[in-house]
Amino acid sequence: MLILLGVAVVVAGFAAGFNPLLVVMASAFATGLAAGLSPVDVLKAFGKAFNDNRYVSAAWLILPVIGMLERAGLQERAKDLIRGLKGMTFGRLLVGYLLFRQLTSALGLTSIAGQTQTVRPLVAPMVEAALESDSEELADDERQKVRAFVAATDNVGLFFGEDIFMAIGSILLMVGFLDQSGVRLEPLDLSRWAIPSAIAAFAIHSLRILIFGRKLSRRPGA
Amino acid sequence: MIKLDVVYNLAGLVFAAYALLSARDATNPRRGRNALFWGLLAASFLVGDRLGDIGNGVLAMVLAVTAGVGQLGRGTAWESTLADRQASAYRFGNRLFLPALAIPVVVLFGTLVVKTWRLGDVPLLDPKQATLISLAAAALLAVGLAFVLFRQPLITPLQEGARLIDMVGWAALLPQMLAALGALFALAGVGRVVGDLITTWIPIDSRLAAVVVYCLGMAMFTIVMGNAFAAFPVMTAGVALPFLVHKFGADPAVVCAIGMLSGFCGTLMTPLAANFNIVPTALLELKDRFAVIRAQVPTALPLLLINMVLMYVFAFRSHG
Repeated sequence: MLILLGVAVVVAGFAAGFNPLLVVMASAFATGLAAGLSPVDVLKAFGKAFNDNRYVSAAWLILPVIGMLERAGLQERAKDLIRGLKGMTFGRLLVGYLLFRQLTSALGLTSIAGQTQTVRPLVAPMVEAALESDSEELADDERQKVRAFVAATDNVGLFFGEDIFMAIGSILLMVGFLDQSGVRLEPLDLSRWAIPSAIAAFAIHSLRILIFGRKLSRRPGA
Repeated sequence: MIKLDVVYNLAGLVFAAYALLSARDATNPRRGRNALFWGLLAASFLVGDRLGDIGNGVLAMVLAVTAGVGQLGRGTAWESTLADRQASAYRFGNRLFLPALAIPVVVLFGTLVVKTWRLGDVPLLDPKQATLISLAAAALLAVGLAFVLFRQPLITPLQEGARLIDMVGWAALLPQMLAALGALFALAGVGRVVGDLITTWIPIDSRLAAVVVYCLGMAMFTIVMGNAFAAFPVMTAGVALPFLVHKFGADPAVVCAIGMLSGFCGTLMTPLAANFNIVPTALLELKDRFAVIRAQVPTALPLLLINMVLMYVFAFRSHG
């Protein structure tokens, strides 16, 4: 039970608003010490895992080209494009993106879009332009909510699309684990049962997008 | 064979450039601290394998303290003006989308085609890391394409990268730190303890109870551990296999597939899944660190409930 101290440290640390990097270090020491490791052993274990997981941060290599495109006017061009399309409402655009993200993820194309790659430089500006096209600018707090909603839509589309693809990591993990436990399944057996939840995710999140869009279009000044 | 080392060396050089640019950015009030932070990360990429476990542990700790005690700063030296960007957007038009579209095309080509190429007996790309290697290659090629199309100065990609990475700040390192914490959780057996807790305290005496405990357990466990992959083996060995499959005769394919997706509902609600939930708040310049999670909870909770219903309906269908 004492081992859960590290989990408590994470929960309390995040809730209290301490810097998350420090919270992680504190939790690592709390967990390791509670498990009977010496401080040096904790440092060693954390250091090894930190080094082994550098690939997580290597994905930031995408930033220079995103920055170049932003400087060359990509966000502004994306906004112009949406303003030029009369019927492109907030709801159609974002539901369309959700569907695109789910379908491409279901085909295994998870890395063709993402928060750094598409949400910041393309989808968020487009969605903002769709809201601003026939009314005045968004207020700052609305803009914040809209952006958070776009980021959320990317996550929902990714999570509830990717498991329909047979060769995705989570499916292979399940097949491997079940095989060790004496249950033999093919990846396709698992991936096809991801479809009902994917449809439900699309229905729920689309509905929320449409309701949110309606609320925004009724705002004063719109 | 092209391995991850190539990507690490490239990332190391890029972060080293960010450190140098930060050090010289007089508009950033905390430029020394930024230079130290990105410089240490560059060192991790370039020489991490030679530092030893203790060395890497100390490195991680210094990184955390550098960003956590006091704060990283942000300069204004590389900001462009809206008027310049609008003029540029007007000039280049839809050509601006080409490099952005080239990225997914190259990633796809790398992961589908180049992955199968071989030099003699050896694959050209390390098969386990083909996606990340392809992403790095795509980033480089897109930079090249952008140079050809927009004729920006040679320093622009590094300055723009520095601008964006300073905007993301400490959040850029959080996913890697959390991955390391996950390894420590595994070492200490946190998963087993949580699994025991859930299975010991809740009576699983009916199909419905087993479905609810498994789905809810997957979601809650994922919230605590930050990813559903850590939750799956524990909850499946503890609840799904002994109760749902063996005792009540449920279809293991339905149970596991929907169980994993119940875990994903948890992923939508936890700050520990930083890549998805915290990093975007930095990328989109949101003031509320939990803004993305707040936007996701109203989708995640009903979906979790529907997952339970789907599992209950489909997993037992052969028994009526």
